[in-house]
Amino acid sequence: MNKFHLEFEKPIVELYSKINDLQKLSDEEGNKDLDDDIAKLILKAEKLREKIYSNLEPIQIVQVARHPERPLFLDYIQHCMTDYIELHGDRSYGDDKALIGGFAKLDGEPVMAIGQQRGKNTKDNIYRNFGMPQPEGYRKALRLMKLAEKFKVPIICLVDVQGAYPGLSGEERGVAEAIAKNLEQMMGLKVPVIVVVIGEGGSGGALGIAIGNRVAMLKYSIYSVISPEGCAAILWRDATMSPVAAQNLGITSDRLKSLDIIDDIIDEPVGGAHADPDKVYKKMSAYLKKELKRYADYSPLRLQEDRYQRFRKLGRFSER
Amino acid sequence: MSILEWFADKKAKAIKPKTKKLDIPGNLWVKCVSCSQVIYSKDLEANLKVCPHCQHHFRLTCHERVAITLDENSFEETNSFLSSINSLGFTDAISYDERIKQAKKKTGLNDAVITGTGRIDGFPVAVAIMDFSYMGGSMGSVVGEKITRLIELGTENRLPVIIFSASGGARMQEGILSLMQMAKTSGAVYRHKEQGLLFISVLTDPTTGGTTASFAMLGDINLAEPNALIGFAGPRVIEQTIRQKLPKGFQRSQYLQDHGMVDSIAHRKDLRDHIAAFLEMTRHHRLVPITEETPHE
Repeated sequence: MNKFHLEFEKPIVELYSKINDLQKLSDEEGNKDLDDDIAKLILKAEKLREKIYSNLEPIQIVQVARHPERPLFLDYIQHCMTDYIELHGDRSYGDDKALIGGFAKLDGEPVMAIGQQRGKNTKDNIYRNFGMPQPEGYRKALRLMKLAEKFKVPIICLVDVQGAYPGLSGEERGVAEAIAKNLEQMMGLKVPVIVVVIGEGGSGGALGIAIGNRVAMLKYSIYSVISPEGCAAILWRDATMSPVAAQNLGITSDRLKSLDIIDDIIDEPVGGAHADPDKVYKKMSAYLKKELKRYADYSPLRLQEDRYQRFRKLGRFSER
Repeated sequence: MSILEWFADKKAKAIKPKTKKLDIPGNLWVKCVSCSQVIYSKDLEANLKVCPHCQHHFRLTCHERVAITLDENSFEETNSFLSSINSLGFTDAISYDERIKQAKKKTGLNDAVITGTGRIDGFPVAVAIMDFSYMGGSMGSVVGEKITRLIELGTENRLPVIIFSASGGARMQEGILSLMQMAKTSGAVYRHKEQGLLFISVLTDPTTGGTTASFAMLGDINLAEPNALIGFAGPRVIEQTIRQKLPKGFQRSQYLQDHGMVDSIAHRKDLRDHIAAFLEMTRHHRLVPITEETPHE
């Protein structure tokens, strides 16, 4: 069981606390009669979890995507790859701690892994600027991508960000230009780019590393032009309307797949990635390997064309 | 709710329209929103909608911009029939369909940008002009598609592309589809530049959010009108993030130029000459104005 529970998981948690009480009673009295009941209750709790998770509202999926125990960029690097060596700095201003990356090996082959890293606790979060990158993060990411391109190393971007840091410093150093430059330059990369949204895909701060030949999402991650809370505040002038905003914005993996915004959904266990991280790491490794194989014999020109057309066709309008 | 969204919430509650909407045709006199001087509206129009007292640049509609920028009768609009649809079924206080209807009625435009070909001081150009009065100039599928097609037209016909931005950013009512327009337009800019062609981005008041973070910041040359608001995050969000007053002139044209993001700031009366000068410096040629010849296929 995880330590942190979401509001909608309460019935499951309550059942488990009953199970724990029974277990204690059973242990104290050495009474084996309760074992059957306990097993039944556990089954019931897991059934309930399945039922709840098969019917999540978009706003509940937002909560799972932001779950404090959800695996982060570095967890995937550690468990899906080997020999990770972080590369620091954008060579013009500094080293962003929220958007990081470096060389690693996937299945024995070199890749460039790039992603946003939130903190695991308050101290870590302060160090990571709560996972909100500054312009130098995006410029570093582009530098690493160009480095990878030079040596024909494929690029893997894992997206997990609520947005680029909205502060004075970011504006001063041109965060808009930094993101825009990445959108432009990633379009021309001559190596495969695979993107997976692993948590929150928040607006331009996410898109700035998300111009992939292939874009996937973990099942309970979200990808949106604005956070449901921000959208509710602006359009409804009422933050309590965020569940409605989440519904309207269409930010869940199944909805985005149906809109052709993403290509694939990587399945997560019932309860979310944090309920059984090893299972998700395995799925992630398999997915990345499969996708890199797909693009292995694409020429640079074909990779560019493939990526351009992938985004070129996005948009819905009428043309009388 | 995350702390940022709380800020955004606070911001939304803080927004109160302070200045009365300007409606020049109906009014004989106009009060300048910047210096509060009263201006005879015909004088204001003759002065390209720049306040003669304080040089405040009023916002222009896209058609006003065409009239003061392009050579007379040279503008030929492209893709004018592209129109927004409510593909997500988005409804806030009113449905997105209804918003589209109202915006069309209010502005007489099909969406927040017009695109086409024309000439500036004799130089053939592909030009896109955004209009803030249509849903805050927000970029949805239509704006993204029209701008992308315009840039592609520029690439195919080897024309310089000039885009006048005036936009609050991505259009929320189209959700992720509007985010994807940032990628699409920036990709088109990439291909245009790869062909050795010129892209001039003209930033006008206001240019923020997803528009700034895509094509608007990607000009070979970034020009700005004086004192235009140009930024990524909204000033109120930033103020509440850093819990300090923002410096004077923050996110205004001069600030952007001082921080290396804008090449040059041009007064509206000089803007056309500026653009023509850059076209000349970059070895473009004026179209000799002979008879019937049209550059169109």
